Amino acid sequence: MRFIWSKITHLLLVVLAVTMLTFVMTDRLPADIAAEIAGHGASAAELAEVRERLGLNRPVLLRYATWIGGVCRGEFGKSLITEQPVSTALRSHLPVTLELLALSQLFALLLALPAGIISAWRSGSPLDRVTGTFAFGCASLPNYALAMGLVFLFALKLKLLPATGYTPLNAGIGANLKGFLLPALSIALVEWVTLMRVLRSDLIATLKEDFILLARCKGLPTWRILLVHALRPSCITFITVLGMQTASLIGGAVIIETVFALPGIGRLLVTAIFAQDFPVIQGGVLLITVSYVCINFLVDLCYAALDPRVRTGVTDG
Amino acid sequence: MGKSKANPPKSPFQKGGLQLAPPFTKGGLGGISFYAAITWLILVLFCAASVGLWPFPFTVDQIDAEHFAALPGGAHLLGTDATGRDIVARLLFGARVSLTVGICAPLFGLGVGLLLGMPSGLYRGWTERTIMTLADVILAFPGLVFLLVFTSVLGPSLTTITLGLGLLISPRFVRVARANTIRFSEREFIQAARIGGAGDISIMLREILPNILGPLMAYTLVVAGFVIVAEGGLGFLGLSVPSPTPSWGGMIAAGRDVLEQTPHVAMIPTAVMFLTVLSINVIGDRLRGRYDRA
Repeated sequence: MRFIWSKITHLLLVVLAVTMLTFVMTDRLPADIAAEIAGHGASAAELAEVRERLGLNRPVLLRYATWIGGVCRGEFGKSLITEQPVSTALRSHLPVTLELLALSQLFALLLALPAGIISAWRSGSPLDRVTGTFAFGCASLPNYALAMGLVFLFALKLKLLPATGYTPLNAGIGANLKGFLLPALSIALVEWVTLMRVLRSDLIATLKEDFILLARCKGLPTWRILLVHALRPSCITFITVLGMQTASLIGGAVIIETVFALPGIGRLLVTAIFAQDFPVIQGGVLLITVSYVCINFLVDLCYAALDPRVRTGVTDG
Repeated sequence: MGKSKANPPKSPFQKGGLQLAPPFTKGGLGGISFYAAITWLILVLFCAASVGLWPFPFTVDQIDAEHFAALPGGAHLLGTDATGRDIVARLLFGARVSLTVGICAPLFGLGVGLLLGMPSGLYRGWTERTIMTLADVILAFPGLVFLLVFTSVLGPSLTTITLGLGLLISPRFVRVARANTIRFSEREFIQAARIGGAGDISIMLREILPNILGPLMAYTLVVAGFVIVAEGGLGFLGLSVPSPTPSWGGMIAAGRDVLEQTPHVAMIPTAVMFLTVLSINVIGDRLRGRYDRA
């Protein structure tokens, strides 16, 4: 329990520090939201009035304290530009990000699992080398370049899939999925590499264990040895890497969202930063940080559950 | 750490989200791919460094009104972009941006990592806790938000982009440096140095640093590839180096608008960036394979 509590206080501290840093940093943004809202040719008095109304003339730390107080009561404020509550904005953008995330991780899994298993089973074979080289190439490609390649091939030349744009789910699941296929693939084709290589090296180590030899001697079929006996104990690093990739993708898919014009959390944040829309920036950063920290915490818990040495804090100086 | 030889596995959060796959190649240096990678990098470095010195028929922002988005061949070796600017010239000058970012940002991170990681690994206790919390804060900070705000506040320039990316990756270096320092801090030769009267600073500089520099350099190469890709990504958000200065990322992003009619405008800079990142990864992977084996 001590392990869990010390982790939780540490993570709370991290979230507080990140949000405070965001406040201090965004306060220095060059765009002037007050002038934007007051409109062109507004007098100095009008500008001051807008600032007063938005609370922009109060010190940063005081504004931060007010904001944190609001968050604790479940109020995230309203967008300065659209007047829409931040929670509504987040809730309308989050499903897009989550769907992109789920699909891309699914594709990455579909690529990484078979490739990892086969190349571990036949490690050193030509097949393993070809897969490895292909993976190495994938890892050196930026996902935006992959995105453009895929758009060129599937959208512009073959005209199978839409190049950009988002179709809401209620317009039909087929059309919705079609819009997500290329962006998810462009992320997956980069992400699968780490997964595959981690799985491969862990599997190779497991396949050298005595119990695998025993299973072989018992005459079990290869697929059973690979999928049942060897895969499970080799999955720990694999699962944690998967978790960490998911955590970093929540806020890290901005460029893919931009290329494909998907209205996800990343897009929302970028527009908010360019417009100096403080409450939206704060809400978005809070959401991303909390989910990042939570996923990492869960991964840590899994580790602790699987390996008591982590739990007792031997490595936790 | 006690005397147990087997280090307990670290949870990924303690490793600081280093999503490093095990090295692809296990052997030492050498081989065709390794030398090809070195050759390509030297070629790009040489061209980028010397491009202003030898006579070149086109400048970066010289517009050829007769050739918009011309195909490779003819007067323009690799063609022109949508506004009629020579692609070779822009690639060569753009290499300066990519390579400056790709070299300086990781080195900045390496410096910060050594400066904060070694003391936190050697002293442990409060020093370590403070430094590691700081590192966690930057790690948990949404990277692109950080870069966007950083570059919009200080104005997008080569220096701000390099500094922003350097800051963003430094916590990872801090973690690698700390983990490696811990590995050595209880070893006999450190204790011998202590008995010999060496101070903490001397131990860090003369005993620990030479030992952890190898793995850290291999990690620097991995990060260099990542940083070059990240700089290109900023081009898509219009936040790479300001307009007349070309950068590979900016060229790829600009090629997106004319992807259907003239795909080569985007594909050529993509290929160059790919080859460069691939070369860096090949060399980094070889180095890591070497240190993992040791």
